[in-house]
Amino acid sequence: MKGLKTFSIGGVHPPGRKYLTDRKEIINAVIPGTFVVPMSQHLGSPSECLVSVGDKVSEGMLIGKSSGFISSNIHSPVPGTVKEIKDIYLPNGMLSKAVVIELEGEFDRLGKEQDTEDWKSLSKEDLLGIIAESGIVGLGGATFPANVKFMVPKGKKAEFLVINGVECEPYLTADHRLMLERADMILEGIRIISTIVEPERIAIGIEINKPDAIEAMEKAAEKVSFPLEVVPLKVKYPQGDEKQLLKAVTGREVPSGALPIEIGCVVSNVGTVHAVYEAVVLKKPLIERVITVTGGGIKEPKNLKARIGTPISSLVEECGGFSEVPEKVVVGGPMMGFTIYDLDTPVTKGTSGILALTSKEVKNTLRTSCISCGRCVNACPMGLNPTTLFKYIDHGEYDEAEQIGLLDCKECGSCGFICPARIPLIQGMRLGKKMLRKKKVKA
Amino acid sequence: MLLKILFSFLSVTLLGGLLGVGLAVAAKLLAVKKDERIGDVESILPGANCGACGYPGCSGYAEAIVNEGASLTLCSPGGAEVAEKVAEIMGQSVEVSDVKMVAQVHCRGTRDTSKYTFDYNGLADCNAMMILYSGDKECKYGCLQGGSCIAVCPVDAIGRDEENRIWVDKDKCISCGKCIDVCPTHVMKWVPYDADYIVACNSKDKGAKTRKYCTVGCIACKICEKKSGDGGFVVEDFLAHIDYDMKGDRTAAVESCPAKCIISTKTAKAEIDEVKETVKVNDEN
Repeated sequence: MKGLKTFSIGGVHPPGRKYLTDRKEIINAVIPGTFVVPMSQHLGSPSECLVSVGDKVSEGMLIGKSSGFISSNIHSPVPGTVKEIKDIYLPNGMLSKAVVIELEGEFDRLGKEQDTEDWKSLSKEDLLGIIAESGIVGLGGATFPANVKFMVPKGKKAEFLVINGVECEPYLTADHRLMLERADMILEGIRIISTIVEPERIAIGIEINKPDAIEAMEKAAEKVSFPLEVVPLKVKYPQGDEKQLLKAVTGREVPSGALPIEIGCVVSNVGTVHAVYEAVVLKKPLIERVITVTGGGIKEPKNLKARIGTPISSLVEECGGFSEVPEKVVVGGPMMGFTIYDLDTPVTKGTSGILALTSKEVKNTLRTSCISCGRCVNACPMGLNPTTLFKYIDHGEYDEAEQIGLLDCKECGSCGFICPARIPLIQGMRLGKKMLRKKKVKA
Repeated sequence: MLLKILFSFLSVTLLGGLLGVGLAVAAKLLAVKKDERIGDVESILPGANCGACGYPGCSGYAEAIVNEGASLTLCSPGGAEVAEKVAEIMGQSVEVSDVKMVAQVHCRGTRDTSKYTFDYNGLADCNAMMILYSGDKECKYGCLQGGSCIAVCPVDAIGRDEENRIWVDKDKCISCGKCIDVCPTHVMKWVPYDADYIVACNSKDKGAKTRKYCTVGCIACKICEKKSGDGGFVVEDFLAHIDYDMKGDRTAAVESCPAKCIISTKTAKAEIDEVKETVKVNDEN
C-alpha cells in the first residue's frame, strides 16, 4: 500500500460494498411507456422548453435549448407524444419544469447500425460545438456543462488532462464497468478531448479497489498512439472530487473559489468521456447513461444503461423489486446522494446510482450533542472546521460562517459520516449556503 | 522621625495634586465630544435590542439616527409614540400610522388534518426543510412547524401547542418582523393588533387540491364573501383574505365556513396561554 498516491488532508473510509454489482455487466434497461424529462438537469440556468403539449417528438430530438453560457441542451430520449408539461421535484429536492413523453412511433437509432463519423478532420471549435449541441454535462454528479469545461480560456494553458476513474462513492460501479467493458471507446473519447484541450500530459486516476479496471485501461493504452499514464490511487473518500483527484494525481492544489484550469488542469469523468465519444463518433446526443441500481433492499442489483427520464420505479422493477421495505431510497451515492420519497421521480443526467438501503445499512440513531471531539475537522478534505461552521449556522450567523470558508464546502459528507453525535452537518452547510444566497438577492 | 513622616506626607500630597491638575487639563483639552442627543434618543427607545431596525441594538440605532441621519420610523416595537418623541429631540417631524401590526401564523395543519409526504428527521429549521422538496407537507404553502420563528423571536412571543401548531401571543409581539423575514413559506403574516379573526390558511392551490391535502384549508368556496358582505372577505388566488379596514360583523362567515379555517385571534391567545400554563406546571413538577 505504501507509495500510492492520494490527497493529503482529511478523507474517510466508508465501507465500499461495491461487490454487489462490480461483476455485473452493463445491460440496456427496459424502456417504459412514459418518460418524464426535467428541463433542469445540469448546473446553471434551466433549459428553455421547445415543445408543447400534443407535439410529436423523435428519438434524440432537441426539446430543451440551452438558455445561457452555463446551461445545456436536452433531447428526447424516445420517440413519442408530449402528453403534459408539469412541475416536478428532482431527486435533489428542487422544483423543475418537466416534459412528460408517452412512447409512440419508431426509434431512429435503437437497434440500427449507425455510421461512424471520421472526426479527425474536424476543428477544435467544431468538436466543442458538437459537445454543446449534444447536451453533454459532467456525469460524475456535478453536471457542469462539458463544453464550458473543455473550453480553455485565452491566456491559459492546459498542462494536464486528468480523467476521473476513481468512483469513490460506496456502492456505485457504473464507471468501473464502463472502464472494463468500453475501454477502447473511452480511449477514443480521451483522444477527442485532448484534441480540444491540447494537454502536455494525460493521466487517468483509478483507486486500487478496481485492479481489473486499472489493468483494462493499461492494456487499452498500449494500443493507442498518445501516452496515457494510468495512476493507481489509494482508496480514500472523497478522492473522486475534482480538487482531491488533482491533488492526488498532479500534487497541485486548486485555490479557493477557482476552477482547475487556474492551475493548468482539466478534469473529466470516464462517463463523460464515453458520452463525448458517443456524441462525436456516433452522433448521438446524451439521452442515456449508466446507473447502478443496488443496495441491500434490491433483489438483483444491476448496472443498467437507462434513458434519461425513466421513472426510478421502472428500474427498481427491472431489478426484481425490493426484497424488503427499504428504510431509504437514495439517488446518487450514499455519501452525497439525496433521499427521495416518490419512486416516480425520473432519472436525470446526474443520476449515477439508485440505492435501496435497509434499516441495517442506514443508521437512524438519534442526534446527540456535539462533544467537540474534532473528528469532523480531521475528516474534512477541504481543511475546514465543520463543527464551528455548524455552530455559526445554527445561530443564524451566516456571514461569520462565510468568513471561515463555508463556500469552500462541497458537501462531500465526510464530516456527517464520521460524526459520532449524528449531527446533520451537511444539511447545516446547505442551509448556510441557501441563506447566504437569499441575503445576497435581498441586498 | 517626624520630619520623615512630614516629608513623605507632603511629597505624596504634592504629587497627587499635580497629577490631578494634569488629568483635569487633559479632560478639557482631549475631550471627545459626544452628541447629548444620542443618550436622549437611546433612553426613549424601548431597549429590547431586537434588531428590527437593522442596527446593532438600540444604542446602535440611536447613534445612527443622530450621526448618520437614519430614518426615524425603523423602530417597530416603539411604533408611532417612540417615533414622535425621537422626532421631537431631533427637531424633525414624522408621520407613522398608529395601527399596531402583529405577526400571526396563517395555518393550522397538523399530522391529523394534513397529508405528509415523508418523515423528516433532519435539522429543526424551516429553511433547511424547505431545501428538501419544499418541506414534508403535501401542501407547499403551509406552516412547516420547524420553529425557525420561535428561535428568532427576541421576546419569546411565539410558542407551540401539543399538536405542534405554532401560535403568536399578540400581546407580547413587538412587531419586529424577524419571524416574517425568516419564514420560508410566508405563512407568517402581518395582521392588525385589534383584528378579531384571521383566515388560518395560506394555500393558493385550487379548492379540490387543498381539500385533498388538508381538511382545515381554505377551499375558496366564497361562502364567507356571501355570508358577511360587509366583513371585508375577498377570495383571491383560491384563498380568502380579510380586508381589515372593513369593520362589519364577521361572525356569520366564521360560523358558516365549511373548513372552519377562519379563527378568532382570541382563540389563538387562549390556546397559547393554555400551553404556557401546562409548560409551567410541567416545569414545576
